[in-house]
Amino acid sequence: MKSDSFSSNHRWLRTLLLLSVAVSAADVSVAHAQGVLKIGMTASDLPITTGNPDQGFEGYRFVGYNLYDSLVEWDLSSATKPSVLVPGLATSWHVDPNDNKRWIFNLRQGVKWDDGCPFVASDVVWNLAHLTDPKSAQYYAAEAAQASSYLTNYASSEAIDDHTVAITTKRVDSLFPYEISYILLVSPCRAKALNYNWQDFANHPSGTGPYLFSREIPHQEMDLVPNKNYWNKARIPKQDKVELFPMPDPATRTAALLSGQVNWIEAPDPDSARRLKAAGMQIITNTYPHNWDYQLNFVKSPFTDIRVRQAANYAINRADMKALLDGMMIEGYSTVPPSTPYYGHPVEYKFDPAKATALLKQAGCYPCNVVFGISSSGSGQMQSLSMNELVKEQLDAVGFNVKLDTMDWNQLLAVGRNGVDKYPNLSAINISHQSQDPFDALIRLVSTSQWAPHGSNWGHYSNKDADALITQIYGEFDAQKRTALLAKLNELMNVQAMQIFVAYDVNPRALSPNVHGFVQAQSWFQDITSVTISP
Amino acid sequence: MALAFPIAVGVSVVCFALVYIAPGDPLETVVPSDATAATIAVIKHAYGFDKPLAIQYLIWLGRVLHGNLGISIATNRPVSLEVGEALVNTLRLVALAMPAALIIGYAMGVAAARYPGRMLDRIVSGLAMFGISLPNYWVGVVLVIVFAVQWPLLPATGMAPIAPGSIGMFNWSDLRFMILPAISLALIPTGIIARSTRAAVLDVLSQDFVLTLRAKGLDEEAITRHVLRNALPQVIAVVALQFGYLMGGSILVETVFSWPGTGYLLGYAIQNRDVPLLQGIVLVLSMIFVVTNLIADLLQVRVDPRLRRG
Repeated sequence: MKSDSFSSNHRWLRTLLLLSVAVSAADVSVAHAQGVLKIGMTASDLPITTGNPDQGFEGYRFVGYNLYDSLVEWDLSSATKPSVLVPGLATSWHVDPNDNKRWIFNLRQGVKWDDGCPFVASDVVWNLAHLTDPKSAQYYAAEAAQASSYLTNYASSEAIDDHTVAITTKRVDSLFPYEISYILLVSPCRAKALNYNWQDFANHPSGTGPYLFSREIPHQEMDLVPNKNYWNKARIPKQDKVELFPMPDPATRTAALLSGQVNWIEAPDPDSARRLKAAGMQIITNTYPHNWDYQLNFVKSPFTDIRVRQAANYAINRADMKALLDGMMIEGYSTVPPSTPYYGHPVEYKFDPAKATALLKQAGCYPCNVVFGISSSGSGQMQSLSMNELVKEQLDAVGFNVKLDTMDWNQLLAVGRNGVDKYPNLSAINISHQSQDPFDALIRLVSTSQWAPHGSNWGHYSNKDADALITQIYGEFDAQKRTALLAKLNELMNVQAMQIFVAYDVNPRALSPNVHGFVQAQSWFQDITSVTISP
Repeated sequence: MALAFPIAVGVSVVCFALVYIAPGDPLETVVPSDATAATIAVIKHAYGFDKPLAIQYLIWLGRVLHGNLGISIATNRPVSLEVGEALVNTLRLVALAMPAALIIGYAMGVAAARYPGRMLDRIVSGLAMFGISLPNYWVGVVLVIVFAVQWPLLPATGMAPIAPGSIGMFNWSDLRFMILPAISLALIPTGIIARSTRAAVLDVLSQDFVLTLRAKGLDEEAITRHVLRNALPQVIAVVALQFGYLMGGSILVETVFSWPGTGYLLGYAIQNRDVPLLQGIVLVLSMIFVVTNLIADLLQVRVDPRLRRG
C-alpha cells in the first residue's frame, strides 16, 4: 500500500539520516585526531611505571607525571614565569595551627583511579607506607629507593576523613609541600588486585594522570594514550598517542628527528643545532633550574681560602663558554638562575682575569694546584669534557694549575655521595644539579646537617649564618617572608663564593615543524598534553 | 663438554669480582642522584648487597644452578628474560650479518689467494684491512647520515616492534630496521674472514700434495676443491670465533642504532652497575662462546679426519 510504502521509505530515510549523522560524528572525531607525538629521550632505558620513575627527571617528565599525580604539582603552563606549586590531588594544604610539624591536605573530590576505584585519603596513607614502611604488605624497595630523597623528613600520616589527610614531619619544615610534590601516588586497588606483584603492576599501572599506559616493548618503546576521564579537563591530552623511545646517543636522536622517525628529541647537542634549524626543526630553549657548577673542598686547601674561591670565579669567561655551546646556556653567576624568585641581589663575579691573578697572589697560592673530579658524560652534565677543558684553560691562564680527574658518571656520583672525607685529594667536583625547589637549590649544598654522606654538601661547607638562615627558612610559613630569607641565603652563598659558578642549562629540545602547542615551562618537567601534530 | 661448566664457573667468578672491583656501587645509579649514602645503605640491605662478597656469590651461584639468574636491579625484570630477549634481538642481526660476512669474506679471501701479489690480491687485502680498521660505530653513523637522513630509505634507529620470540626477518617492515646495523656489524668479521681465508688457502696451496695433484694432471677446478676443503678447518675456527663475537653484540653499534641486543644490554648493565644483569649476560655469553667453539671443534674434525686421529 502506498502509505506502507511511504512509511517504509520514511523509516529507511530516517535510518539513513541517523547513519549519516553517526558517520559524520565519527568523521568529526577522526578529523579531530591530533597525531602521534614520538619522543626521542636521552634516557638509556624506558622509565619504570610503578610510580616514582627512574631515569632522573626525564622519567618524571614523560612517564611519572603523565601516568600519575601527586598531592601538590608544578604549574607548567607558562614559559615566562618560574614554575610554582599548584594544587594536584590536594586542592589546598596548610600547617596545623596547633602543631607546625603536621600538614593538613584537603583532597580533590570525585577523582578516580584508572581502575575505577575512588581516590580517598586512606590511599595517601597507603602510598606513604608503600614507600617508607618495610613491614607493610605494600612496601616496594625499588620504589622506596626512588622516593627516599623526598621523604627524609616524613614521620607519619593519617586519614582524618575520606577527603582529608594529615602528614607529620620529623622537623618543622615549611618546604614540605615541595618535597611531597615529587611523590607520585599509585592505586592501592590495582596493587591489591595483583597481589602486590610489582612486575605485573609495571605492565598494568593504575594512576590518576592525564595519560593511560598502552604498551611497552622493553628497552625500545612505551606508548601512552590520553586519559579521557582525567580530573583536570584543561589538561586532557590533545594528541592521539605518545610514543617514547630511549635514545641515549645524541647523534642517534638527531638522525631520528631528521629522518622523521620521531618528531621530538630531547637535548640535541649544540653541534647539530644549526643542521636541525636548517632542516626546519624548531629548537626550543628556556631558562630552567639547572646549574652547572663546581662544589668545592672546604676541608683541605686551597679552596678553604675565600680569595682562591673568588679568584676561580673571576677567572671564568662565561661568554666564551656560551660560544663553545653555540649559545645554548645562560651565564651562571649564582647557584640559581636569575629568574628564580629568591635570586635576590647576589654579588656576581664577572670575568676579570687580572683580579683573579691578584687574589691568588694575595692568598699565596700561585701557581695554585687543584684537582677537579669530573665525568665523561652523565645526566645533566651537558658537554662535560669540552666544558671542563675550557674551564681548565681559563683557570690555568690566571695562575691555577688544574688537573682533571675524569671518571664515569656512576663513579662520580659515588664520589659526590660519599663526601670529601673519602676523597680529600679532590679540590672540587663537577656534578650539575637541579634547583627546582629551595632545598635542592640551596639548602642541601650549604647546610652543616647535609654534610655528605648524610646529604649533598660534598665539600663540608659550614657557615653559622647560613645554618641560622636555614633554620629560619624552615620555620617561616609565610611564603613572601620565606622567599626573602631564601634570597638572603643565596646572596650569602655568593659572598662566600662557595661554588665556582659557570652556567645554567637551557633545556634544549628540537621539534619537527608540524608539532604545535608546546609551551616550554621554566622547569625540569613539561606539559605535553597541549601538543598537537599536524599531518 | 666436561670443561664447559668449570670454564663457565671460572668466568663467572672473575666477572663477579671485576664488577665489585670497579668503582661505584650497585644501586648508585638506580636511586636518585641526590640520595644519601645512608639511604643507599638501607636499600642495599633490602637487595642483599650488604652481605660479604663470597656469600653473595654463593647465593647467586645456587640460584643459577636452579636456572634462576636473579632480578635486574634497574628494570626489576628477571635477568633470564632480559638476556633471552636481548639474545634473540642480537640473533636477528647476526642472522643477517654472519652469512653476509662469511660469503663475502670467504669469496674475497679465496679470490685474493688465487692471485697472490697481483692487483686483485692487493685490492681485496686492502678492503679487508679497511673493514677491520674502521670503527664500526662510526660506519654506523655514516650509514645513518647517508641512508636515513640524506636519502630517507631506511630507518635511522630502533628495531621494529617484532613479537617476542619471532625472528622477524621475512617481511620488509622488520627487515629494513636491520640492514644498517647488520652492515656495521658485518664489517669486521668480513675483513677477518677474508684475511684468514686468504692465509689458509695460501698455506694449503704451498703444500706438497697440491704439487702432486698438478703433476698428476688434475685440472685447476678439482685442485681448488681439494685446496678449499683442506683450508676449511682454519676458516671454521675463525668463523666460530666471529659468531661468538657477534653474539656478544657491539655495545657501540647497538647504542648508535638503539638496538636492544646483548651489546646494548651489557653497556646498560655496566653503566648502572646492575650486578645481577651483568653477571647473567657474561655467563650466558661465555657459554655461547664455549658451545660455539665446541661445535666448531666437532665440525673441524668432521671436515678433516686427521684432527680426529690427533
